[in-house]
Amino acid sequence: MDDLLQEFIAETRETLEALSGEIVAWEAHPEDSARLDAIFRFVHTVKGSCGFLDLPRLGRLSHAAEDVLAQVRAGDRAPDRALVNAVLSVVDRIGELVEAIESGASLEANGDELLIAALAEGTQEVAQASGPAAQRSAARSVRLNVDLLDRMMSGMSDMVLARNELARRLRNGDIDPAIEAALERLSMTVGEMRDTVTRTRMQKIDALFSALPRMVRDTAAGLSKSVMLHIDGSDVELDREMIEVMRDPLVHIIRNSIDHGIEAPQQRRAAGKRENGRLSVSARQSGNQIIVEIADDGRGIDTEKLIAKLVASGRDEQQLRRVSDRAKLGLIFEPGLSSKDEVTEVSGRGVGMDVVRAAIEQIGGRIELDSVAGKGLRITIHVPLTLSIISAIVVGVGSQRFAISRQAIEEIVTERSDAIRIDTLGSTRIATVRDRRMPLVDLSGLLGIEQGQSDGGRMLAIVSVSDGSYALAVDTVLDNEELVVKPASPAVMSTGVYAGQTLPDSGLPMLMLDCAGMAHVAGLDFSREAVEAFEEEAQAVEPSGLPALLFVDLDGARRAVPLAAVDRVEQVDGMAVRYAAGRFRVTIDGRILPLAAQGALDGRERLSVLRLKDGDNEVSYAIDEALDIILLPEDMVPAREPGPVAGLALVEGEQIELLDILWVFDEHADRGGNDGADAPLCLIAGDSDGWMTSFVRPLLETAGYRVVTALAPGEAPAVVLTPEEGAPAETAKAPLVRLRRRRAASGANDDSVYRYDRAGLLCAMEARMAGGRLN
Amino acid sequence: MSNLYLIAHIAGRVVAIDSDQVESVVDIGEVTAVPRASRHVRGLAALRSRVVTVVDTQSALGHAERSSGSRAVITQVEGHHYALLVDQLDDVAPFELRPLGGGVALDAAWRAAGRGIVERDGEPILAIDLAALVPGQASTH
Repeated sequence: MDDLLQEFIAETRETLEALSGEIVAWEAHPEDSARLDAIFRFVHTVKGSCGFLDLPRLGRLSHAAEDVLAQVRAGDRAPDRALVNAVLSVVDRIGELVEAIESGASLEANGDELLIAALAEGTQEVAQASGPAAQRSAARSVRLNVDLLDRMMSGMSDMVLARNELARRLRNGDIDPAIEAALERLSMTVGEMRDTVTRTRMQKIDALFSALPRMVRDTAAGLSKSVMLHIDGSDVELDREMIEVMRDPLVHIIRNSIDHGIEAPQQRRAAGKRENGRLSVSARQSGNQIIVEIADDGRGIDTEKLIAKLVASGRDEQQLRRVSDRAKLGLIFEPGLSSKDEVTEVSGRGVGMDVVRAAIEQIGGRIELDSVAGKGLRITIHVPLTLSIISAIVVGVGSQRFAISRQAIEEIVTERSDAIRIDTLGSTRIATVRDRRMPLVDLSGLLGIEQGQSDGGRMLAIVSVSDGSYALAVDTVLDNEELVVKPASPAVMSTGVYAGQTLPDSGLPMLMLDCAGMAHVAGLDFSREAVEAFEEEAQAVEPSGLPALLFVDLDGARRAVPLAAVDRVEQVDGMAVRYAAGRFRVTIDGRILPLAAQGALDGRERLSVLRLKDGDNEVSYAIDEALDIILLPEDMVPAREPGPVAGLALVEGEQIELLDILWVFDEHADRGGNDGADAPLCLIAGDSDGWMTSFVRPLLETAGYRVVTALAPGEAPAVVLTPEEGAPAETAKAPLVRLRRRRAASGANDDSVYRYDRAGLLCAMEARMAGGRLN
Repeated sequence: MSNLYLIAHIAGRVVAIDSDQVESVVDIGEVTAVPRASRHVRGLAALRSRVVTVVDTQSALGHAERSSGSRAVITQVEGHHYALLVDQLDDVAPFELRPLGGGVALDAAWRAAGRGIVERDGEPILAIDLAALVPGQASTH
């Protein structure tokens, strides 16, 4: 929250500085609408930020100023001298307040009402800007111009190239070992420097997402709505500048979703929906784009209402009705439009989708709407990856090299592997990779490059594009590299198969392939596989078991761990493991993680590490080697006592121990310390097979519940969770949530929850605790 | 009003290039081919930390044979940098641009690039617009 406040202060201060010229200009020409708009947007933004930063004074001032300015914009009031003065006094006061917040000083509140009163029509009084100038405290961070970062980045690349050239030239002759050592040191420093400089430009999109939960909560609470927010893909990295540009649009869209999209609880009940609205915000990288998706399950866009609004503001109805449905949705981008009748504190009036779209387009992005009336709205923002660092795989075809975004590659297999079969259907080749059949695209054929000699057999990269997957045959897979990809010139991009160009350390330009573009050029058609995106979630295939990762543990036993808990598997150097501060710890990506193990860690040069993630907790678990992904049967034999093993499962006739994630986290995770005593107590009763303890408990604990399997004397559970098969009688006093094994409910009166439905479970628990019933 | 012009040889002809269009003159190193691109695109080359698209001017002017040599003029069109291969560079001098004059008909490729003539010691030289030689541009002026 502190970060947010700091950011708000820095931003407001910056805007104010930029605005001071506009203010003077507006004072001279009050009828100049461009200046008016700039000031209006400023107070609007301040008002919005105050809403979720909980700054009521600023909120009141900015709201009052916004009201007046809106009247001026609408032509209801003339911007006379008194009004201009009053608005400027408010803007000044906002500046003073911001400085006061920053330095922690207090500013007397009694002037505020006078300032607001002065905004009213017909007031002659000129409000006086008051108070001693607040002291500015020393800033703890520096805000940099992105241009400067750009120059730094390009200077850095030049430096790398110069170093490479120097190394190349030195290699040609006999060189003094001392010079070689110096060059080595230079190389290392340059490498580190480059990483740092690169990082200055990149930021996890989490910087954008982290403020959302609070904002959504407050916004929804302000409207007496209940909204469940689901965030995904926070660790996608995005250019810092893009993050800045995306901030306001994202806030606007989410506010709109909650305010206009998601209905009030009673309306939702009437429409047969869950009382809690669902809002999902996700980010992912796809080819050369970052896609940010904001989906809600509200009422969607009411195009009739949009048209009515526009007609009311003087547009030609005939003309509006003539356009296609899709174009009608696009009307939401018309300036000065609010699809809600009354102006609210939350999403304001008119500063909205038109501004959002302008901001996105300014960075070369685009915005798409997918609205289903009564079901929800999905807004997809595509922004280019320009300047983003992409982790890429370098492949070779003939004598040439190309980069492919790692994100797009599912796996790489050799053509000679037993699991691969290549057939020719008609004149088309298809590959079958472990029972998955997919089209095969030969990169050398597609690009018209002569195939190189390959004695080890060619490689197939399984590439996924938005609609399906295909296998891309290449001669060799060379390397993986972090690349700065930039758009190539139109003459190159028009081929449709490249995502951009990059300059790797070799100093020779390389092209990055666009996987979707290649599929298109190769004429692949996935349309039959494409699924209606909005139905996807509802119709997810019922899992026939729990996916798990099978591995060989350090002590030689074969064990399995639920796949959902594994963030990734990584190779680490033996040197990165240390016994420190009472336990083994490992250094990965510049972070120290607790390391759990069953077996000896000493004397290993390299080891594989499972990175287990559960909410904010992260623990690593040392293993010998990862084997395969398997489906665990639902019947498991629970372990006799708590420990590293949760139970036994029968996998292909073999008894496999299942790692107890809960135990690993309980035993090894560094304590975050948020298990407060006031967390609602959840009793898991009748959990005969240990399933709920193993799998549901971590989920509940992440969600803020305190979970027990037996009550201590005097404790009363806030909610009880039992399997469907029957509840112990003594728990009847507390609200009960029952879990069923089948996916479908057995009838209208079946109020149990499918046990893999995480969101549904949390939702049901909340609802029961609040005394409601689930529909 | 006279402007600085770079006098160069492209496709065996002497041409004048407005120096405003020229960022620098370089020798192009190794070129990465761009499969499937227009045949006027020789490939990509690194120019310090920048990647430029190398344009085969001879091919862009409709000649069958390709430019030889590695000398190139760097220009910027709509935010992208291009290296246009030239055979030879003579000098840089101020000239006055004159209209092409009545009755002179250039063939298609040259007509798109031609902007007028400048006169060097009585010799008329065609002034060209480099941007017109860059493939994939939607339109030029």
